[in-house]
Amino acid sequence: MHELPQQLVNGLLLGSMYGLVAIGYTMVYGIVQLINFAHGEIFMTGGFGALTVWMMLPSGSTMWVALPLMLIGAVFVATTIAVAAERFAYRPLRNAPRLAPLITAIGLSIALQQAVWAWYPGATSSLVFPEIPGGPFHLGSITIQTGDIFLLIAAPISMAFLGFFVKKTRTGRGMQATAQDPDTAKLMGVNTDRIITTAFALGAVFAAVGAVAYGLKYGEVNFKMGFLLGLKAFTAAVLGGIGNIYGAMVGGLVLGLAETLTTVYVAEIPGLEQLGGQSWGNTWAFVLLILVLLFRPQGLLGQRVADRV
Amino acid sequence: MRHRSLIAVTAALAAGALTLTACGSRDDKGGNDAGGGDTTVVIGVDAPLTGDLSALGLGIRNSVDLAVRQANEKKYVKGVTFKIEALDDQAQASSGQQNATKLTANKDVLGVVGPLNSSVSESMQKVFDDAKLVQISPANTSPSLSQGPKWATGEKVRTYKSYFRTATTDAIQGPFAAQYLFNKAGKKKVFIIDDKKTYGAGLAGTFKAEFTKLGGAVAGEGHIDPESKDFSAIVTQVKSSGADVVYYGGEYPAAGPLSKQIKASGTTIPLVGGDGIYDKKFVELAGEGAVGDLSTSVGAPVESLPSAKEFVANYEKAGFKEPFAAYGGYSYDSAWAIIEGIKAVVDGNGGKLPTDARAKVLGAVQSVSFEGVTGKVSFDEFGDATNKQLTVYKVEGGDWKSVESGTFGG
Repeated sequence: MHELPQQLVNGLLLGSMYGLVAIGYTMVYGIVQLINFAHGEIFMTGGFGALTVWMMLPSGSTMWVALPLMLIGAVFVATTIAVAAERFAYRPLRNAPRLAPLITAIGLSIALQQAVWAWYPGATSSLVFPEIPGGPFHLGSITIQTGDIFLLIAAPISMAFLGFFVKKTRTGRGMQATAQDPDTAKLMGVNTDRIITTAFALGAVFAAVGAVAYGLKYGEVNFKMGFLLGLKAFTAAVLGGIGNIYGAMVGGLVLGLAETLTTVYVAEIPGLEQLGGQSWGNTWAFVLLILVLLFRPQGLLGQRVADRV
Repeated sequence: MRHRSLIAVTAALAAGALTLTACGSRDDKGGNDAGGGDTTVVIGVDAPLTGDLSALGLGIRNSVDLAVRQANEKKYVKGVTFKIEALDDQAQASSGQQNATKLTANKDVLGVVGPLNSSVSESMQKVFDDAKLVQISPANTSPSLSQGPKWATGEKVRTYKSYFRTATTDAIQGPFAAQYLFNKAGKKKVFIIDDKKTYGAGLAGTFKAEFTKLGGAVAGEGHIDPESKDFSAIVTQVKSSGADVVYYGGEYPAAGPLSKQIKASGTTIPLVGGDGIYDKKFVELAGEGAVGDLSTSVGAPVESLPSAKEFVANYEKAGFKEPFAAYGGYSYDSAWAIIEGIKAVVDGNGGKLPTDARAKVLGAVQSVSFEGVTGKVSFDEFGDATNKQLTVYKVEGGDWKSVESGTFGG
């Protein structure tokens, strides 16, 4: 058990990444009740956007210059694709039965993966992502990588920014209004089309930040990276209460911690040695999800929304 | 709603898999530039041509293509023009089985080279055996494929007469690594990790048995999910276990990031793996910390054998886009074993293919014996390669460098 502090940090870092991606699921769901299964792939394209910027920079550029530019590249690519997806794939189906946009989302997810696989040079296997030099840093028995520091800083800042945006700005309040009742919001002069586009774009921004964090942390990006992570982030969004932006972050952290701790410690319980390890960690995470949904169907921070699902 | 979306996801995944299969068959390339033969014989290839393991799979396809082109150029078998049909299995057992069915349905296919993964082979063996179609894998290392599920207890039974391989099994590779680490590298305390796949778990198992028999200690064991890239939980366990080496049973897409994360945690212990991590991509993914990581791979280094120099030169001349990777030489030899088998059958039948060509070729391959690029190519009573040489490689200066070759004594 002496490694517990480090495992907690591992779980929190993994959870922060889930949280950043989960925001996109939860915002889009909160406003148009669509589970945007292509969001994991939007996250992935963000990673490739950042990598492209890095490739275009002269070799030997320091990360201090490169990182902001890579972030801009990631955000640009991810939001462009998210907004285009909303405009051309989802908006025409706005009033169609709910299964139609869901299947569109799954199709889009596969299409984006395959497009990157086919057209991004070298993307048929994992591509190396640049590292931040220096580190690791030691804090008592805890070791933190330079790649993790970006995530440690970016996640809370993103969260604070989002909270401020939704509460204090005109567009943010428009989002809340559209979430509560799109028709009435429209009557009150809210441009709901614009609000929905904003929701997709904002989700993509956070996914792009998450993708840069992923690249820095694991040192690689690949065309499949959004699939499993997207699924986990969606789980985090449901766990925290889908539609609630703080819930997404809390759900992410809880899921990350649960996964890490069960991976390590379940095997130490006598009689359960076989049920430890990473594949089982995923299983335990879903057991947790089911338990939470049994006792709090609306998720950890969710509110009861009548007849929405 | 949840239930329905589950169905939708499954359907979409199935559709996706089908799309990928379609992508694979677009890659079909025929080595038919020679022409002039009356009969066309197809040699099937099954390997992951897309996805994480495509670096290895494309090397397999290209090497078979090269063998076929040369056989056609030399008019090696009179009256026969060879072609290849390369199918993509995405490293998935289900795709592999579909491909096997497709290949057996094509009457012109008289032999198949592949697949890369032991787990994929498991799904294909019966299909080929029922059709009496010879299958030679250049890369499968799981012992049970040829020696039956109870091989470890000494009860060796060959389940499928149609299955051969030019690769050496884990029953030899794991212990070979254990002996090298314990006796030569002086490592006494190991942390064993695998990816729960047929290849990875099997390799880790044979390694562990030999390492503990030699007197080494196992500091800990763990399993990772190769689809995830976050190994922080197990890396922390490795660090606090006090192990002086990590043995990983699995392939390079996960091994690279795993090595990187182990080094980043502040320990400098090397990661050691089998032929599944012996690829340049491992060195790229693992980064600078990978210096000193070890791998074992079957056979002598391809570039070092005189017979192999010609292969390397021809491969470069042929202008393939992708390198021949870890299994190029074995794939080339596998293809030649099939070609030699077909030649024996054609020669024994008055220069024509007999009506039961598949069964005849199967018998002929069992008794082939020739000098290939990886050494002498012939098969024992289980269909395993008689050549049991292995080599230890070390990461140095951004690539794998051979340390020493040897034959495993048992």
